[in-house]
Amino acid sequence: MAWFTKVAPGLKVRAETRVKVPEGGLWQRCPDCSEIIYNEEIEKNCQVCPRCLHHFRIGARQRIEMTCDPSSFVEHDADLTAADPLDFRDSKRYRDRIRGVRRSVGENEAIVCGMGRLGGRPISIGAFEFGFLGGSMGSAVGEKVARLFDRATEHRCPAIIFCASGGARMQEGVLSLMQMAKTTGALAQFRRVRQPYLPVLTDPTTGGVAASFAMQGDVCLAEPKALVGFAGPRVIEQTIRQTLPPDFQRSEFLVEHGMVDLIVARPQIPETLGKLIDLLAG
Amino acid sequence: MLHNPTMATYFLPFEKPLVELERKLQELKEFGTGNRVQDEIKRLERRALRLREEIFRGLTRWQIVQLARHPSRPFTLDYVPHVFDEFVELHGDRRFADDASIVGGLARLGGRPLVVIGHQKGRGTKDNIHRNFGSPRPEGYRKAKRLMRLAERFERPVVTFVDTQGAYPGVGAEERGQAEAIAANLQAMMELRVPIVTAIIGEGGSGGALAIAVADRVMMLEFSIYSVITPEGCASILWRDSGRAEQAADALRLTAPDLFGLGVVDEIVREAPGGAQRDSVLTAGHLREALIRHVDELGALEPEERVNRRIAKYRRLGVFHEEQR
Repeated sequence: MAWFTKVAPGLKVRAETRVKVPEGGLWQRCPDCSEIIYNEEIEKNCQVCPRCLHHFRIGARQRIEMTCDPSSFVEHDADLTAADPLDFRDSKRYRDRIRGVRRSVGENEAIVCGMGRLGGRPISIGAFEFGFLGGSMGSAVGEKVARLFDRATEHRCPAIIFCASGGARMQEGVLSLMQMAKTTGALAQFRRVRQPYLPVLTDPTTGGVAASFAMQGDVCLAEPKALVGFAGPRVIEQTIRQTLPPDFQRSEFLVEHGMVDLIVARPQIPETLGKLIDLLAG
Repeated sequence: MLHNPTMATYFLPFEKPLVELERKLQELKEFGTGNRVQDEIKRLERRALRLREEIFRGLTRWQIVQLARHPSRPFTLDYVPHVFDEFVELHGDRRFADDASIVGGLARLGGRPLVVIGHQKGRGTKDNIHRNFGSPRPEGYRKAKRLMRLAERFERPVVTFVDTQGAYPGVGAEERGQAEAIAANLQAMMELRVPIVTAIIGEGGSGGALAIAVADRVMMLEFSIYSVITPEGCASILWRDSGRAEQAADALRLTAPDLFGLGVVDEIVREAPGGAQRDSVLTAGHLREALIRHVDELGALEPEERVNRRIAKYRRLGVFHEEQR
């Protein structure tokens, strides 16, 4: 890159020449505004950059902890994991891939589900773990989501899902596709009890999850600048052979096109969910 | 454009020996006279039959993918006049446009009035552009949903034909809410009180297919496919090489027998010998017979019972481990 910095005198080059921030240290650089921020400060701010409000991706457990009343969350279906019905193999066998991911991520599947409380009220809640094979939905995720709706039906309480998924899990073939219908069925049963289902779309929510329960909410929330859409931007760019504008398929774009009810910054999400539940079913 | 089997001029590589034999037979029939020629014709006919059986018994998954995409394969509107006794096409989603990649309307199936909806691919460049290569945009799905609601209002069963590579991944489609349109259809179909019967007639491509395929009964034509992703798409993601589609087709298990085995499909409908493109009328007859059977069986149930069974049916789909504590 050295020749590049010489191109125009007086031109400032931002990246590369700057100080490298060591990983795993006390500081990190915001990928959006490049500010170097003290980790503790990000932590305090729900993993949101205090300067530009960039929302860092967070894990399922942290998400649930931020949303539920302190120590109210009880996990369900924690032992439900993927099988390998197609005996699928790419560069690795699917079952080996799953085993590896379970170890490295420390979760059994791409979603964590259970019962908790929000402002004292019971909720059936789930949050996707994007680090687990891109939050992809296979049979185990589909079953866990269906059971999440079952518990909400049984307890006549609201259902909340924090979505973050690349879509259906290819390695389970058409069975993954069927999870879109399966979860829709469980939701259809839940809809009979007149309690709200509130999905929160976080970065990124695409494919089979976007085209099923993520978009079937009574009220649909999204985090700022989350990528939400059916087809991923790469696929669209290949189809139309053009580069897409950076705001395409972001939450703000979805609100503008009438696909999402409201964008809520992460620290305000629990309060907003509580308010909506109150107004709909209080 | 309606389908005419005699127009089938495109042949797949593995069909070639059979096609050559048939061409020879045709010539003999036209110009040959005399007993020796008649004997030769009979001999060749027997050979052609054996050859066809041989080729089609041992088809690989990749060959079935090619058959499912055969340019001469009948599309929804090719089947409609032979499956139904009457058809009035209806247009538009009442919101934005009429998407020609999904067709639908009112039809009669041996005295049973119903609503039929199907993906529609095009034949030739101009027609294909008009049909968007069978890849619907949100307005197509919203038209389908509108017709389903119409069916429910007048207590008419819904029959759908699935034949798409997938929902269209374009800028406009995203702006108008492709994901929402599909999600809303899944919900509408899951809760619809009238019988729904689906036939996968060509390609069942992912969410774009499922959006009109949540049904009480799902049938697949013998040489159709149904998958979460195209073999090319799968290969380009897993191996960064769409050229390994053949391998991906095997891994994905996307043929009718595969899906029947997984419990995703309730019945496999026979095609004309050599594939539906050889005889769309005969294949339509098989489809008609199966549709009548399913529509009548489902019609005997109470609406509530039908919806509950539909939900329960999809609830059973999936394979996972659950460790006991």
